[in-house]
Amino acid sequence: MDLQGKKVTLHDMCLRDGMHPKRHQISIDQMIDVATALDDAGVPLIEITHGDGLGGASVNYGFPAASDEEYLDAVIPKLKRAKVSALLLPGIGTVDHLKMAADVGVTTIRVATHCTEADVSEQHIGLARKMGLDTVGFLMMAHMISPEHLLEQALLMESYGANCIYCTDSAGYMMPHDVTARIELLRARLKPETELGFHGHHNLALGVANSMAAVAAGANRIDGSAAGLGAGAGNTPLEIFAAVMDRMGAETGVNIFKLMAVAEEKIVPMMDHIVRVDRDSLTLGYAGVYSSFLLFAKRAGQKYGVPSQDILLEMAHRKAIGGQEDMIEDVAMELAKKRA
Amino acid sequence: MAKKLRAAIIGPGNIGTDLLMKAMRSDWIEPVWMVGIEESEGIRRARDFGMKVSTSGVDGLVPFIEEDNIQIAFDATSAYVHAENSRKVNEKGVLMIDLTPAAIGPYCVPPVNLDALLKEGRKDNVNMVTCGGQATIPMVAAVSRVQPVEYGEIVATVASKSVGPGTRKNIDEFTRTTAGAIEKIGGAKKGKAIIIVNPAEPPLIMRDTVHCLTKDKPDQAKITESIHAMVKDVQKYVPGYTLTNEPVFDGNRVTIFLQVEGLGDFLPKYSGNLDIMTAAALRTAELYAEAIAAGKIA
Repeated sequence: MDLQGKKVTLHDMCLRDGMHPKRHQISIDQMIDVATALDDAGVPLIEITHGDGLGGASVNYGFPAASDEEYLDAVIPKLKRAKVSALLLPGIGTVDHLKMAADVGVTTIRVATHCTEADVSEQHIGLARKMGLDTVGFLMMAHMISPEHLLEQALLMESYGANCIYCTDSAGYMMPHDVTARIELLRARLKPETELGFHGHHNLALGVANSMAAVAAGANRIDGSAAGLGAGAGNTPLEIFAAVMDRMGAETGVNIFKLMAVAEEKIVPMMDHIVRVDRDSLTLGYAGVYSSFLLFAKRAGQKYGVPSQDILLEMAHRKAIGGQEDMIEDVAMELAKKRA
Repeated sequence: MAKKLRAAIIGPGNIGTDLLMKAMRSDWIEPVWMVGIEESEGIRRARDFGMKVSTSGVDGLVPFIEEDNIQIAFDATSAYVHAENSRKVNEKGVLMIDLTPAAIGPYCVPPVNLDALLKEGRKDNVNMVTCGGQATIPMVAAVSRVQPVEYGEIVATVASKSVGPGTRKNIDEFTRTTAGAIEKIGGAKKGKAIIIVNPAEPPLIMRDTVHCLTKDKPDQAKITESIHAMVKDVQKYVPGYTLTNEPVFDGNRVTIFLQVEGLGDFLPKYSGNLDIMTAAALRTAELYAEAIAAGKIA
């Protein structure tokens, strides 16, 4: 694999995807502390919102310690170079949230849909592009469909105005050859000026390997998270990926030692539990389950006396997709009834 | 035998056809016209069912409203054209039941506020909110009629195949309209709506989760009883409306899990989200027809 001289934009997730293992309780002070340290390490793009994106504050996904607007408004003015992105899932967030985010200084909007439902993003992608924002189409659970089907959906998002398309491995299910097949096809068929990104989860401990495959196949934006703080077994650990890129001669522009310090000194001490490949998060990656179901399954398992692993496997069996956290308690009750 | 109200259905697509099939069984509504904007499969189907058809929109219907004694119209087109459709038939004294998200008339969720609407007398236009609203607002109301609800949140999960291009192009309209009706009709102080579109094959039957945060500690017995009573009320027009589990109480949170299976008239059974719209619209029309027959509404 030759990545010599490739330019890679690192996009940090610990203040958005990292909200999942923190149950959306990262404080405004912690957000500022971590974001300014990432900025100082040269990370060019940092995502900040509720874990489920703008408007995610809910009974269903959890109420955060502060609103999206409060977080963004507090952090953005403190950054010297880094830009801030916000995630938006149509069906959860609306264009009103998008406009709010742009008003407080967000410059990248990532509109996320399930990989087969790109056409619910037309209104949000169209508006973001019209507002002159860096507009990303984010196709989640991309392991569930073929590369050809993913391309079809990516072309829709591109036609709505997305200038960057993500192949998103929300379940941490993909292997490097899966990533290669998808990114290569997208690279061959989308406009040459459309950027490509990869968002990994580390449930099979393949976050770094998959991201390397993505860069080799033509992706230039890679999501990762300092110390891997993210849903499931976390995201691709950003400091590890940056170190690997450095070794391979790819250009990320980050100071890897400063990034290691952020992970070690700021993120790890913040963790409520050590984010790692445990039995349940491995099950996510093995069975292809949305990573943020992890803590919901653990809680429901405890409440109803059902192994959380069984709940996750049942969610896979029912082909649940991102956002269906509400089904977990229902499934746990049904499994408990069957065991009684 | 009471006199049936003669009706026109605007929009010969899947929803309009399903509504037509249900209306043909009604004791109170007699479908007479199907209105489209061109020759289409839906128009041909309507013709086969013996309907008069217009292929030039509502303008093709208007000249016949009086001679055919059309008193009620259903609009199953889109929010963009609804206001014009409504204005044109209202001028001829026709009551419009709006299945689009246009919401120019008052919201109507039959088991919750239709009685109150009927008491207000004649309306030009009533709006059926959204599919998610029809499925979940009865449950929010079942809790709020027992004790104050500070916050009501619903999650509607629907099969990808049951979500048409109109909804997809403006999914924000679903979340906004549903959230608004959770407050106005459901009785929650603040409302939030979430929709998930799931592509699983075979398609999943519509599922809904309703979370209510009550102001004071929830009265479990009363709320549970109220929920079961409300489920029975909805089952009068959607027999496949069921709880998947008993309500969950956790602190001030009340959570209700539902499944909505359709009748499978024209639309497949999994698309309970569409069935509950057509069934609720017909139910609304039937109760107006009963009220008119009883002389309660002129």
